[in-house]
Amino acid sequence: MIHALDEAAERLGLHIGQPLANARAMCPDLKVFDADVVADAKTLSDIADWCDRFTPLVALDPPHGLFLDITGCAHLFGGEAALLQTLVRALARQGFAVGAAIAGTSVCARTLTRQTPGVIVADGGEAAAIDRFPVSALGADETITTGLRRAGLKTIGDVASRNPSEITARFGARFSTLLAHALGQGDAPINPRKPLPDYIVEKRFAEPIATDTMIAMTLSRLADTLIASMEKQGKGARRLEAAFFRTDGVVRAIMVETGRPVTRSAVIDRLFRERLDALADPLDPGFGFDMVRLSASRTEIVVQEQRDLDAHVHDNDELAALIDRIAARIGGKRVVVHLPQDTHIPEQAVLAAPAQHHLAVAMQAEWPARAESEPPLRPLRLFDKPEPVTVPFATVPDGPPHQFTWRRAKHAVVRVEGPERIAMEWWRQDGKQLTRDYFRIEDAEGLRFWIFRDGLYEGEVFDADGKPAPPNWYVHGLFA
Amino acid sequence: MSGARMSALATLRSQIERIETAEVGHHHDRVALGHSEVDHALKGGLARAAIHEVFCEGRQGAVATGFVTGLAGRVTTQRPLLWVRQDFSELEAGALSMSGLAELGLDPRRVVMVRAADVESALRTSADALACDALGAVVLELWGETRQFDLVASRKLTLAAQSSGVTGLLLRMAAQPLPSTAETRWMLRAAHSPPGSASMPAAPWSAWGAPRFDVELLRNRHGPCGRWIMEWKCDECQFSEPSAYPQPVAAAPAHRPDPAVLQQRRAG
Repeated sequence: MIHALDEAAERLGLHIGQPLANARAMCPDLKVFDADVVADAKTLSDIADWCDRFTPLVALDPPHGLFLDITGCAHLFGGEAALLQTLVRALARQGFAVGAAIAGTSVCARTLTRQTPGVIVADGGEAAAIDRFPVSALGADETITTGLRRAGLKTIGDVASRNPSEITARFGARFSTLLAHALGQGDAPINPRKPLPDYIVEKRFAEPIATDTMIAMTLSRLADTLIASMEKQGKGARRLEAAFFRTDGVVRAIMVETGRPVTRSAVIDRLFRERLDALADPLDPGFGFDMVRLSASRTEIVVQEQRDLDAHVHDNDELAALIDRIAARIGGKRVVVHLPQDTHIPEQAVLAAPAQHHLAVAMQAEWPARAESEPPLRPLRLFDKPEPVTVPFATVPDGPPHQFTWRRAKHAVVRVEGPERIAMEWWRQDGKQLTRDYFRIEDAEGLRFWIFRDGLYEGEVFDADGKPAPPNWYVHGLFA
Repeated sequence: MSGARMSALATLRSQIERIETAEVGHHHDRVALGHSEVDHALKGGLARAAIHEVFCEGRQGAVATGFVTGLAGRVTTQRPLLWVRQDFSELEAGALSMSGLAELGLDPRRVVMVRAADVESALRTSADALACDALGAVVLELWGETRQFDLVASRKLTLAAQSSGVTGLLLRMAAQPLPSTAETRWMLRAAHSPPGSASMPAAPWSAWGAPRFDVELLRNRHGPCGRWIMEWKCDECQFSEPSAYPQPVAAAPAHRPDPAVLQQRRAG
């Protein structure tokens, strides 16, 4: 089956969907490559990235189309015609076969692109521009297109000349909306890939830049501008994105998040320096970047706090700034604070949450109070996954072990306290989990373990024949 | 010796003097641990604005963690504690449990944990954190011998701690002590719970008490070294001398003194 073809093949009369054997019969020396839908989608999204330089509103139109909303952007590139030319030439230079058109509505522009690429239609001229094209150019379902052709409506103009209610009754409301949009009556909003950032500043270079110092300088200047425009509205940035547009079309975007709104350009500067420093695959300038864009994709209103009198506020600010810096360097998920959870299962009792977002909550969290004048009942170090130990025998069936082997070392039990029975939450889990009996144990060396028996003796664990089997033992934690 | 050279020497000397006194200035800030002999050896307590190293064998990881937690609890009671750990140490010794931390009498709300992937980023993060004066203490937890933590890295941490006043605690599990610029260096081993007395025999199933540490002070820049048994009092949040009894014992009847108690009084 032919999935896609180039112009030369099209001229030979081949078409998409044709069986490969037929195509080979028509053209014996046909060059064939396997279709790779995933790679195609990736390429399309890369091109969309590159198109970000023209407008922040870029939408995908799979399998091989892109919508660019250039409202208010065209004048930056010398008008619509110049923009269209720049875009088509740049993409053609990168080796893509490209057709583009500009119109008041996205559907109309798509129809034009399929039929007469390079056309610019002024507002109001949509109907006139497309009425001579075949109905297939609208991009409706195959059944609708065939149905229209059977009804004798060959061109878009034919269909448009009918009463809209007839079309809706015969082909459905979706098609009539599509038609209306193509004719310039109303427009469906495109679905941009990225949400529009709140603030954008960018710098273009006639001569591409490549050195680290130039990149750093550009970023800090952009940060100044960004801060200045945010300051006017009393905003601070919570998420910042720097996009580096390489001359050969590759776009690299780097994101930095902060726990508190940033209002100083020096902070932005430092965060990006940390981030760029720590990148696993460093920024590769190639032949240089011809554009750098800094955008604040999430902003917040800044609440001014009285700083000088309250040292506590200062400390919290400092801590938040430190967390932001560390997070920029090693990733936000690697800096965590802890929130107590309402459960008695030891491994789920504490939730580690990113410190950037949960610092304030964690500082106010209510932890269960410890029992006064009791030794610690929970271990200081807890294994994520309990580690199995071998217990040769237990004197009392339900009792603690006398000795056990953990990590190939034997430990003789000297002191024991327990059991503390922890039953699993039967109302939550899908599968049945076993009841655990925990023992605090001290061995001959003075090391202290938190050991549990998984399952009640002769009550919960069974072997293949359905007979009671001895339960397994695990080390779950270590006491100080 | 010419006059110019003399004056140059004098300037250098005065500079050195100034640097030294500046360092000493910080060292006045000490916090008592609660164990009188240890505090005496430390000239009043653990120095703030300095680096302290705690070493242990691999299997004693939890013991050393407990000791470091205790030191951190003594150093700061209000300010946040940044705990930087390497991914690998969590696999080997288990993750630091906040429930366990709370059981030791510390406040888990003040702990911010950094999960560094490797030693290098852990070192860098802690150097950065030590320079932030909003923190009370920074704990750096490393597992095994590392090439990256050399004298230069150690000096960097010390300088950062001195300039900000934050205390740095290094938890080195499964590592051998090496020269460094640390103020103190400790070797930790597990200590038994106290045996029962004559009036309360050490039955194998008897209850046992607070965390105990067999602490060896290997290096002390401003005092003698030594080895002690220290106990951590969870309720008071401080160290103390080892208690002989794991549980509070009922007072001996006044008319018929307990021979064991008498013996002990004589010995003490």
